[in-house]
Amino acid sequence: MDITKDQYSEEHQSAGKPVKPKNISVIQKAVEARHRRRKLVEQVLFTTFRGAAVINGLALFIIIFFMLKNGLSAITWEFLSDVPRESMTKGGILPCIVGTALLGLGAIVIALPIGVASAIYLNEYAKPGLILRTIRLGINNLAGVPSVVFGLFGLAFFVTYLKMGVSLVSGCLTLAALSLPVIIGSTEEALKAVPDTYREASLGLGATKWQTIYRVVLPASLPGILTGAILGLSRAAGETAPIMFTAAVFFTPDLPGSIFDEIMALPYHIYVLATAGTNIEATRHLQYGTALVLIALVLGMNMAAIVWRSRIRKKLK
Amino acid sequence: MSPKPKMTSSNLDFYYGDFQALQDVNLEFHERQVTALIGPSGCGKSTYIRCLNRMNDLIPISRVEGRILLDDEDIYEPSLDVVMLRRRVGMVFQKPNPFPKSIFENTAYGLRVNGVKDKGFIQNRVEESLKRAALWDEVKDRLDDTALGLSGGQQQRLCIARALAVEPEVLLMDEPASALDPIATQKIEELIHELKELYTIIIVTHSMQQAARVSDMTAFFYMGKLIEFGDTDTMFTRPKLKQTEDYITGRFG
Repeated sequence: MDITKDQYSEEHQSAGKPVKPKNISVIQKAVEARHRRRKLVEQVLFTTFRGAAVINGLALFIIIFFMLKNGLSAITWEFLSDVPRESMTKGGILPCIVGTALLGLGAIVIALPIGVASAIYLNEYAKPGLILRTIRLGINNLAGVPSVVFGLFGLAFFVTYLKMGVSLVSGCLTLAALSLPVIIGSTEEALKAVPDTYREASLGLGATKWQTIYRVVLPASLPGILTGAILGLSRAAGETAPIMFTAAVFFTPDLPGSIFDEIMALPYHIYVLATAGTNIEATRHLQYGTALVLIALVLGMNMAAIVWRSRIRKKLK
Repeated sequence: MSPKPKMTSSNLDFYYGDFQALQDVNLEFHERQVTALIGPSGCGKSTYIRCLNRMNDLIPISRVEGRILLDDEDIYEPSLDVVMLRRRVGMVFQKPNPFPKSIFENTAYGLRVNGVKDKGFIQNRVEESLKRAALWDEVKDRLDDTALGLSGGQQQRLCIARALAVEPEVLLMDEPASALDPIATQKIEELIHELKELYTIIIVTHSMQQAARVSDMTAFFYMGKLIEFGDTDTMFTRPKLKQTEDYITGRFG
């Protein structure tokens, strides 16, 4: 016999006055007791999960609020458009803004093609086996290498061995190496998300493998690839350790004129002001101001890329 | 019946790793005929149809033995260009799978990848193919709209148009109507009827009625073997084997 909703609520109301056969009421009692417990568990879990989500959102909000409160007073037109003056206690941070923008841009220009090409090889061409597993292991471990190790690698390889010196290009290459695993990983995910039916349809029409990838798979996975690029770029732009040995210097009043020039960069500038500046206390607001600019720059780049991505998504629909 | 078959498979075996999915399949397909492949799930009929344009090449652990001839050419010959083969042997899949592109670009896709540059030619061929697939009247005013906005039945006819645009000689259809409602299914079946004037059609179907309605010849597969092959009318009225009769009448499957 089915326990319908009506029977259930009837029994519920006239509890203690069993009108139904005994075994039914036993079942109903069990169901009811269980129901109460389940409801409680649901409630507790829901609250916990929501709490976790709120803490996350709050953290970002607090960081931004804290930065605004301490740094907003430093943000003037002069701060954004002038070079540092009087041992970096006055003036602006223009060389740092330009330096970080160029580093991020350069890193992504280098890393994106290599990363996407690697992901295409791994996901579309490579046959499963020892070689593929080894490459994958390498990439996964590369993602876990601390950023300071990338800095030392950049110093040893690009700066010293390839004789590029402490320069914009050394920094870009080091940051590119750092963001490669992120880009490869997310590109692979994006390629995996393209249904095989697209590939089959394309091959079935007499397209070659490359035509299939170029005309169908890549366009369909472009939004996902862009997400990877955004993540890689954000990570690269905010890093300090990889550029402190390879690209950034304490102070240079000139904007870079060639890719072999030394540069100033926002994260490194913050680090310098906060640990080795001529007057750490007096420049506190400049440190916050610089951090605020860095956050704004990274968020700005993210936003731009997200808008771009959603446009492509719309076009695909 | 024309004397020379368009496609022939002889002693065809197919393996997924150690599992033998097809065993000694011998079949002939003639021009301007529809051949239906029927049988219960897992009987190998989809595997078989995917051997005919070497779609199974995409599965790394698969292996084929035996021969499949297209006209007089062995399609598993190493010297054969599989890209050319797939242009000659087109395929329509179970689930409509238009690309996330415009209706026009979907139809023109096969031409473009095969190197056709002439805009006028592409334009004409797109129109012709959509007409042949009985879709033209429904989409002629919105060729630049995305194909993903079409209904399931329209999408499947677009996939047929897309396949027709490259002028295949053989058209493989792997349960082309199984994801569609009865009205869309009927349209596809009418279409198959018209298309058989021009192409050799091989269709996998789960529906006995569909096989009986659209096909001239029927092949019944069971457990990786071809059990019975003959003209559809005879097969559905006086099957030679008890096993075929049981399946057709729904006693097992």
